[in-house]
Amino acid sequence: MQELLGILEGLHPEVDFNTCTNLVDGKILDSFDIVTIVAEVNATFDVAIPAEELIPENFNSAQALWALIERLDEE
Amino acid sequence: MSFISLSFLLFLGILIILYYALPHKWQWVILLIASYVFYLFAGVKYLAFILFTTITTFLAIRFIDGRNKLQKEQLEKRKEMMSKEAKKAYKKQIKAQNRLVMIICIVLNFGILFFCKACLVEPLHTAFSSNATFSFLTIGLPMGMSFYMFQSIGYLIDVYRGKAEALTNPFKMALFTAFFPQLVQGPISQFNELKDTLFSEHAFDRRQLAFGMQRMLWGFFKKLVIADRIAVAIGTLKGAEYTGISFFVLTVFYAVQIYGDFTGGIDIAIGAAETLGIKLPENFIRPFFSKNIAEYWRRWHITLNEWMKRYIFYPITVSQPMLKLSLKTRSKLGKVGMRIPVYIGSLLTWLATGVWHGFNLHFIVWGLLNCFVIVVSEELAPLYKKFHDKFAFSNKRGYDVWQIIRMFLLMNLIRATDLFNDVGEYFTKLGSLAYQFNFNVLWDGTMMNLGLSVSDYIILGCGVVLMFLVSLFGRSGSVREKMEKWNIVLRYAVIIALLLVVVLFGSYGIGFDASKFIYNQF
Amino acid sequence: MKKRVWLKILIPVLITVLILLFVQQLLMPKYMTETKEGAMISEYYEKDNHGNNDVVFVGDCEVYENFSPVTLWNEYGITSYIRGSAQQLIWQTYYLMEETFKYENPKVMVFNVLEMIYDTPESTGDSEKREAYNRMTLDGMKWSKEKWNSIAASMTKQEKETDGYWSYIFPILRYHERWSEVGAEDFRYLFHRDAVTDNGYLMQVKVNPVLGEFNKRPLVDYSFGENSWKYLDMIKDLCKEHGTQLVLVKAPSLSPVWYDEWETQIEEYAAKNDLLYINFLEKQEEIGIDWNQDTYDRGLHLNVYGAEKLSIYFGQILKEECGIEDHRSDTELSALWTNKTKAYEARKEQLLLEYQEELDSEQ
Repeated sequence: MQELLGILEGLHPEVDFNTCTNLVDGKILDSFDIVTIVAEVNATFDVAIPAEELIPENFNSAQALWALIERLDEE
Repeated sequence: MSFISLSFLLFLGILIILYYALPHKWQWVILLIASYVFYLFAGVKYLAFILFTTITTFLAIRFIDGRNKLQKEQLEKRKEMMSKEAKKAYKKQIKAQNRLVMIICIVLNFGILFFCKACLVEPLHTAFSSNATFSFLTIGLPMGMSFYMFQSIGYLIDVYRGKAEALTNPFKMALFTAFFPQLVQGPISQFNELKDTLFSEHAFDRRQLAFGMQRMLWGFFKKLVIADRIAVAIGTLKGAEYTGISFFVLTVFYAVQIYGDFTGGIDIAIGAAETLGIKLPENFIRPFFSKNIAEYWRRWHITLNEWMKRYIFYPITVSQPMLKLSLKTRSKLGKVGMRIPVYIGSLLTWLATGVWHGFNLHFIVWGLLNCFVIVVSEELAPLYKKFHDKFAFSNKRGYDVWQIIRMFLLMNLIRATDLFNDVGEYFTKLGSLAYQFNFNVLWDGTMMNLGLSVSDYIILGCGVVLMFLVSLFGRSGSVREKMEKWNIVLRYAVIIALLLVVVLFGSYGIGFDASKFIYNQF
Repeated sequence: MKKRVWLKILIPVLITVLILLFVQQLLMPKYMTETKEGAMISEYYEKDNHGNNDVVFVGDCEVYENFSPVTLWNEYGITSYIRGSAQQLIWQTYYLMEETFKYENPKVMVFNVLEMIYDTPESTGDSEKREAYNRMTLDGMKWSKEKWNSIAASMTKQEKETDGYWSYIFPILRYHERWSEVGAEDFRYLFHRDAVTDNGYLMQVKVNPVLGEFNKRPLVDYSFGENSWKYLDMIKDLCKEHGTQLVLVKAPSLSPVWYDEWETQIEEYAAKNDLLYINFLEKQEEIGIDWNQDTYDRGLHLNVYGAEKLSIYFGQILKEECGIEDHRSDTELSALWTNKTKAYEARKEQLLLEYQEELDSEQ
């Protein structure tokens, strides 16, 4: 989780990712950010997030994203 | 049947009566029939195309759904017997079958779309030549193919991805594909967004009907009073002799026209659906108030860009080869290398968007220009930020306005590629902006020779101001909801006045010209 | 409660419709001072103009500029009306005749055969001009099946492609761009019209003599079109059905020129169907037309002097060959036509005055 927060803060230092829950709906993360996150996650955790999971629900908060990573890691 | 006709209004009127008067459980069936009646007006020969898309996607969806059910059954049944690896392999096998069927369906449909865009609309050999006559305003016509096909394919992919339920009723599939308001110029709906209102029962709601009609009226205003009136000047300004500032004027006029035409058409589509209680997705959110081009594309033709993002940009950028490439480039180039897949994805997505608009070189150039500007501004973003941090004025409202104007002008220049079938001609004109400062065209009478009279300019001027004010007014919430709080007399006065403005000042029909009556030997 | 909801819908709709109707009325051209030809068709519906006409002429300027009903009355006691409009085409004439039979059953219908030369809406040339002339014939008609059929037959290709029907049902769609031209005339004649004709005759008093022979350019094909023949047959049958005698005439206008080949076709048709056909071009001397005095536009149309001469000549034929009776002993009709005669004389006087002023100002 800490590593993930590190990735996110690297992209948007001005956002508090611990509390923010509308990262996509609030237009903080754009599609470029999302794709960058996917690449970073892949590099850091060796988890490939498929295209169908790139939906707002999975990226609106750091928690949701973490849950997604854990789920994909299990599969 | 065009939206801009009394025939359409009559059609919609009859539909509304039947829709609410007959038992509500038939509503979706009535919509299906109405949509096909609407489609038949475009010509019987087009029916085969929409039926083909409906049937192929439906069959593919049924296949995928069937396989998924089978897989679930099998896994359940042989829970104990199968090892984890065996389960995985089995899942993979099913997934591969599903993918194959999906790909065949996509290839078949896009093959036809490709064929139609390339051959039916214009012969293949002229597709990339200079005398093709396609522009943004005629896209999707004559049969809305690009729209309904993208919508069904998007749905198919969603089903494959397990993100949308698979329809079991082919007639519902037919309605989803052919729902008439979106056949003309979109919007492209996602199944999950549309299904809640499209197939459900709707009680008559006076407020909803009134809102729908108001939205349609506003659409008619933008289309008839603004877009169709300014069209004549655009035709003239395309002439080779109009360069420099005249070209600049052209790009501004074109912005007005395409805004009025496209957002107006979408207003009519969304409004028409609204009268029937169906909610179509928004396609525009005050796009000309965007501060940068990436934002602009999140606010203009939203449903198409969303489609492109979901089904082209993301799959490309997060695909295994791209991720591997990203790892490689990252180790060599650092952070910037990480972004290379993003750029490749953007490039391909913009190429696809360009081709979607038409099989012409100028659309591809247009796509590449957009991509280029987005990528450059993305790369320069940190630089901008530093600059802003240094200078205090950056937080002021004035800077926002400056950004909006800058974006507007830049977008105008890019959009103008569409006006010239010959890409070279476009660049010649664009180049003339750099050295030809013939501001005198603004007052030397040139503007009076474009086919617009003084009264046309007055109407256009007032119309544009009105559109601007309404957009401003709508920033803090729905205009129609705000109007609801007004005094009833004032509200109706405003609506009736708008209707009169459309009827009187709309640019339609055969103009009355007393000089035509010059009496001759009869 | 329910009632109030309906009122809430009904009242605004009603107000909107009323406003639109008013604006439409305002924007429709009135044709009172210029292009008076546009106002002629609707004049027929005035109370005094229909119901007891012995003779009804239907057609284009070759009838409404060349025959004078007032003269027919004063010379022979014949009641007549001209349902004329500019560049009226044969199917429009047919439907006007059909409509006329709903208002009265005249003894004679007169059809001017020059109309045979136009077979389709496209055959008159410029389609925009065509549409404008169609309007002058169609807009003035009251709503009826005949009007609808006439519209369907008259629309140009361009109109059909652009859903043109609607603009006949709601003429505001056609004239909406007149908002910038609305003037005093539009307000003055918002709810009424002045008579621009005398029982359909559009009076002209100017004198512009014929300058020379009109050129008879040879044509590739002299045969009348299929559509023209079809409608001529329909006109013939329609009159027969109502027991009305159909009289074919060719007005003495010198232009457009009338070819011998056309004459032959009409003569044959008249003989075959046992119809009376009079070509006034051949009777110029008997009528006494003086082309230096009796035309207002160098031979295209007669002026009032010529029209009166022609009417005297034609009245004789109507009396002798068609057996139209003299109604001058009928007190009611006499009173009516005395008024019409007065109006006719007053108009003549007024027009002569204006013409004199025009001549004076030119010198």
